[in-house]
Amino acid sequence: MEFEQILFYVFSFWFVASSLAMIFSRNAAKAVLFLILSFFSAASIWILLEAEFLAITLILVYVGAVMVLFLFVIKMLNIDKSTLRAKFAGYLPLGLMVAAVIIAEMVLVLGSAQFGLDVVAAPVRHGADYSNITVLAMQLYTTYVYPFELAAVLLLIAIIAAITLVHRNEINRKKQSIPEQVNVQAKDRVRLVSIASPNKEKK
Amino acid sequence: MMDLWLSFVELVHELIPWFDGSVALVLIILIKAVALVMPLMLVVAYFTYAERKVIGYMQLRIGPNRVGPKGWLQPIADALKLMTKEIIFPTKANIYLFLLAPILAIAPAIAVWAVIPFDEGIYVTNLDISLLYVLAIGSIGVYGIILAGWASNSKYPLLGALRSASLLVSYEIVIGFALVTVVMIAGSVNLNTIVEAQKGSILHWYWVPLFPMMIIFFISALVETNRAPFDVVEGESEIVGGTHVEYSGMTFAVFFLAEYANMILMAVLAVVMFFGGWHSPFEGIPVMESAFAWVPGIIWLLAKTSFFMFLYLWIRATFPRFRYDQIMRLSWKVFLPWTIAWIFVVALMTQLKIGPWF
Repeated sequence: MEFEQILFYVFSFWFVASSLAMIFSRNAAKAVLFLILSFFSAASIWILLEAEFLAITLILVYVGAVMVLFLFVIKMLNIDKSTLRAKFAGYLPLGLMVAAVIIAEMVLVLGSAQFGLDVVAAPVRHGADYSNITVLAMQLYTTYVYPFELAAVLLLIAIIAAITLVHRNEINRKKQSIPEQVNVQAKDRVRLVSIASPNKEKK
Repeated sequence: MMDLWLSFVELVHELIPWFDGSVALVLIILIKAVALVMPLMLVVAYFTYAERKVIGYMQLRIGPNRVGPKGWLQPIADALKLMTKEIIFPTKANIYLFLLAPILAIAPAIAVWAVIPFDEGIYVTNLDISLLYVLAIGSIGVYGIILAGWASNSKYPLLGALRSASLLVSYEIVIGFALVTVVMIAGSVNLNTIVEAQKGSILHWYWVPLFPMMIIFFISALVETNRAPFDVVEGESEIVGGTHVEYSGMTFAVFFLAEYANMILMAVLAVVMFFGGWHSPFEGIPVMESAFAWVPGIIWLLAKTSFFMFLYLWIRATFPRFRYDQIMRLSWKVFLPWTIAWIFVVALMTQLKIGPWF
């Protein structure tokens, strides 16, 4: 067996195993960690496919940012497992149906009819000077420049919409004004009051 | 060198049949990794000593001077002490995650070093997208802190972890944007190419056109490594020791190692990105260039890195700790607009070909 093949099977094993562990683990935090492991394995397989930009982006975006927020939310929420388990039986038929549909779709789309070696040629090994990121950038900024820009604008709108949603109640917000703090004078904060002291004369 | 290595592999292959090219490849990567990590750990140990000494002198103290001549054996003594101390597990803590946290903290801190170019052709691996690799692997370090806070089952670690997670994620964006300007000028995300693009004297390095980005990068690096004045993750005066509260002995030492390895890494990155990596500052200057031609590039790199490492200690001894919301404000309302504005400035400068850098 080739060294690359060994690597492929190692990463694939970890990918499948960690995905299963993610689904079956009862602890939400552990599930997130297994999901991270499966992202890593997927990224490793992509690197074997010479798609290193995609692999690194997967780690940078999903592992580095999205999963951190997931963990954040899991830590903040106190998930009551008993209510989740009580609903499990009720949702089981629907869940099974959805799962069956998804599996059928995946078999139809990803089956050997579309992706077999006789339909799609095996990926060609490139030389050492092949730069995946350059090729990708060429495609993105020439052939697909308008879809790319549209996607970027869409994301920007989504960000602005999210900020507007949480920024509504201006009235109750406590806000720090740095110039105001810097320019504050002693007389604005401290009020000196002279009180006539009755004991003074007796001394 | 390569031929010698190939003939050596051939020779061993004759003697031991299963020793072929791929095994040799793994072996040489392992040797390279050990050759990198051993000095790194030594530097980390003596960086802690340097920190105590430098801050000591800045505060008119002497610092450690008892163990060995002038206290030179202090880090060794510290290491021995930490190794022999008992590891205490908090009750009802999740032991697996509790032990996984320090490993997740140190593994990325060391793994990132694989792509750092030390001299022309001296690196563990020359990845085509090494800068993205640095950012991606560097962003995993946050899990060590989050898990440490969560698995400790204690309130102060949890508070520290919450603070750190939000800080690290916000400042990663700033660092990313600041480094985009470097990539725009160099036209590559390969650290080797970025250093080669800065060839020339000290004025050809990227700190000149990207001076604001260099400052922003360095300040963000302070936050990323949880250093003073942004060390609210530990914040002794507020939350005891943050995520490290429940860790003792070697588990604590591993966090410590990771923090210092990250500091040195950020210093090296600053040098590689903005200060010309292994290039001599006198390149292209008539007399000076030949006078300093004998100095190998790695010495220049290490000298520049040492300066930035010293800067860490200097800043820690100088500034009081920031308040948490002030750090957040600095990231989102000051640094991020500045970096985005500078990206447009650099884009214009590269298009109009201004200066010797573009």
